[in-house]
Amino acid sequence: MLRDARIVAGKDLRLEARSRVAVNQVLPFVLAVVLLFGFALDADTALLRRATSGLFWVTVLFSAVIIVQRSFAIERHDGINDALRLSGLSAGGIFLGKAASLFCQLVIIELVLGLCVIVFYDVTPSGAGLLIVTTLAATLGIAAAGSLYGPLAAGLRNRDTLLPLLLLPVLAPVLLAASRAFETALGRGVGGGWQWAAMLGIFAVVYLTLGVAVWGPLLEET
Amino acid sequence: MVTVAVAAPRAATPGEIAQSHEWSVAFGLLMSPVVHLRAAVALLGRFPALAGVDLDVDAGEIVLLRGPNGAGKTTLLRLCAGLIPPARGHVEVLGVDLSVDRKAIRPLIGLMGHTTGLYDDLTVMENVQFWARAAGVDAADATAALDRVELAERVRSLTVERLSAGQRRRASLAAMLVRRPRLWLLDEPHAGLDAQARDLVDGLIGEAARVGATVIFASHELDRAEAVASRRVTIDGGTVVQDSSSPTGAPDRAP
Amino acid sequence: MTDTSVAPAAGAVTSTSSGGTRILGLICLVGLAIVGLYAFGVTGADVRLGESVRIMYVHVPTVTAAYCLMIANAGFSVFTLWKRSTFSDLAAHATAEVGTLMLGLTLIVGAIWGRMTWGAFWVWDARLTTTALLFLMYLGYLAVRGLPATPRTRATRSAIVGIAAACLIPVVHKSVEWWASLHQNETVLGKINPNISGNQYFTLMLAMVVFLLIGLWLSIHRFRVLWLTERLDEVGIDAAIDDRRSEYRPPVAQP
Repeated sequence: MLRDARIVAGKDLRLEARSRVAVNQVLPFVLAVVLLFGFALDADTALLRRATSGLFWVTVLFSAVIIVQRSFAIERHDGINDALRLSGLSAGGIFLGKAASLFCQLVIIELVLGLCVIVFYDVTPSGAGLLIVTTLAATLGIAAAGSLYGPLAAGLRNRDTLLPLLLLPVLAPVLLAASRAFETALGRGVGGGWQWAAMLGIFAVVYLTLGVAVWGPLLEET
Repeated sequence: MVTVAVAAPRAATPGEIAQSHEWSVAFGLLMSPVVHLRAAVALLGRFPALAGVDLDVDAGEIVLLRGPNGAGKTTLLRLCAGLIPPARGHVEVLGVDLSVDRKAIRPLIGLMGHTTGLYDDLTVMENVQFWARAAGVDAADATAALDRVELAERVRSLTVERLSAGQRRRASLAAMLVRRPRLWLLDEPHAGLDAQARDLVDGLIGEAARVGATVIFASHELDRAEAVASRRVTIDGGTVVQDSSSPTGAPDRAP
Repeated sequence: MTDTSVAPAAGAVTSTSSGGTRILGLICLVGLAIVGLYAFGVTGADVRLGESVRIMYVHVPTVTAAYCLMIANAGFSVFTLWKRSTFSDLAAHATAEVGTLMLGLTLIVGAIWGRMTWGAFWVWDARLTTTALLFLMYLGYLAVRGLPATPRTRATRSAIVGIAAACLIPVVHKSVEWWASLHQNETVLGKINPNISGNQYFTLMLAMVVFLLIGLWLSIHRFRVLWLTERLDEVGIDAAIDDRRSEYRPPVAQP
C-alpha cells in the first residue's frame, strides 16, 4: 500500500510541477484573499493583527477546496478512473498518495500565505514550535478529509459545487483548533495551544484511517 | 488448470501475476475458457444493457463483436473487465467468478475504450511508466511497449494534450501493452486512426495470440476486422444473436 | 418506455401505515398531549427564565431525538457498506432525513428561545454551534443522496458520507465545548437551574421519550415509502429485460 502511495504521490506532484496550477493560480488567489480581508476590515491594522489566525486558516480552507477540486477533477477525465481501477493499485494506497500530494501542495501555499500575512498584517511570528506542529497536523487533516470527499464531489458536471458543502463543515473543527493554536503561539490567545494541536492530530488520524478503510468502495462505486 | 496467481484466494501482487504470465506463456498453458458467460445480465442504472448473454471464449481466440450502436458491446467489454457487477447470471473470467471477486482479474485485463486513460499534462513516456509501475511492471519496459506501437522518439517526450488522436491511441495501446494483459478488451480500436495506424492495430491483434493473450474487440470496421478475427459474434438487444463458432451460425435463442 | 401505471391489485399496499405504526402514532399523540398539559399547566415557571423555560420541553427533546437518529444513521451506514443491504441503505436515508428535520427544529426553536430570553437569535454556545455544524453536515449527506446515480453507487456514497459525519460528531462536540468553556459561555442548559426536579424533570424526560417516538414513527413511514419505491423499480427490471431483448429484429429470411 505504501509503495502504491509513493507512486501516486509522485505522479501527482509531477503533474503539478508540469502544469503549475497551484503556483500560477492558487498562490495569486491567496494573495488576493489576504488583500480582500484587508479591504473588508477597513485596513484596521490592529484588528487585522488580532484576527490573523482566523483569517489565515479560513484562507487555507478556501485554497484547500480549490486544490482538492483540481486534484480529483484530473482523475475523472479521459477514462482515468477506469484505468485506476484496472491498474492494480490498492485503493488505500491511492488515497494516501493523493493525500500526500495535497499535503505537499498545501504546505507550500501555507508558507507563502504566512509570508503575505506577516507583510500585510504586520504580524511578528512567535512560538515557532507550536506554529509548525499546528500547521503540519492541521494540513494533514485537511489533506485526508479532502481526499475522502474529493472523489465524491469533484470533476463531474453538477457535482463540483457540492465539494464546499461537504468539506467546509467537516473542516470546521480544524479551523477552530488551528486558529486557537495559532493565537496562542502568537501570544494572543486564551491558552491551551498544544491541546488544540493534539486535537488536530486526532482529527488527522481519524480521517486518515477512515479514508484508507472506505476508499475501496469509493473508487468502485462512484 | 487455472494458474496459481488467479485462483489463489488472496489477491496476487501485480509482480506475481506478471511472473506467472511469463511462466504460462513459456509452457504454453492454456486456460479454458478465458471467458464464460451464462445468462449474464448487466444493468446500467435500471437499464439492462445486457439482457442475458451466453458466451464462451477460449484462450488465444480473437473475437470480433459486431452489432448496432447501443446493442451492449461496450457493456459486455466492461463486464468482462470486472468494472461492472453482473446483476444476474454467471460470469467467469480467467477462472474467477466475478460475482464473488471482481478485483482479482484486473491486473490481467487490458481495456481500451473510447477514452485514452492518460494524463494530459504528463508526457507519453511518463504516462506509460506510471501505468507500468502501478501494475508492478518494471518502468524500463515502457520503452519496449512504445516501440511496439511505433511511436517516434520525439513524440514520447511530448505531453499527451499535444498529440494527435492517432498518436494518443497508440500511446493508450502502449500503456495497455506494457502491463502484458492476458485478456485484451478493445472497444473500436480502429476508430479515428489513419490507414497506417489501423494496420498497426491489426498487426498487434494478430500477434496477441502468439504472446498468449486472448482478444475480444468491438468494431464497426467489418472488412478489416473480419480479416483479423477468428470468430464473429453479433450482439443485439443485449444478447448474442449470432456466433460464427456455433455449428448453426446462431445460438439457440428464445425470442 | 414501459407503461408503469398499474391499477392496485387486490391486497396491494395502498398506504404505509400498519397496525404497529397506528399504535405508535396513538402513543405519540397521547404522549404529546400529556407533555403539553404538564409543560403549560402543571409545572411552574422558572425562577430566572420565566415562562419561556417551557420551550425547553421542545428544544432539548428535539436535540436528543436528532442525536439518536444520527447514531442510527451511522449504524445503518456501516451495515450498508459492509453487507450491501438495501434495507439498511433506505433506513439510513430515512433516519438521516428525519434527523435533519429534528436538527433544523432545534436550531429554530433555540433561536426563538434565545430571542425571547436574551434578546439575541444566536448565541455561540457549545450545543447550538455543534448542532449547526451537524445540520450542515447532514444537509451535505442529503445533497449527496440527491445526486443522480445507480442505487448501489448512491448507497455507497451516502454510507461513506454518513460514516464520516458520524465519526466527526465527538470531535466537533469536544472541540466546540472546550472552545465555549474558554470563553466562559455557559451552555444553554447551564442557564437553567440544573437541579430541575420533580415535575419539571419528569416533563422533560417524558418529552424526550415522546419526541424520540415521534422521530421513530416518522422514520418508519419514510422508510416504507422508500422501500415501496425501490420495490417498484425492481419489478420494472424484468419487464425492461424483455423490452431490451425485443430490440433485436431477426432479419427476414430470403426465399
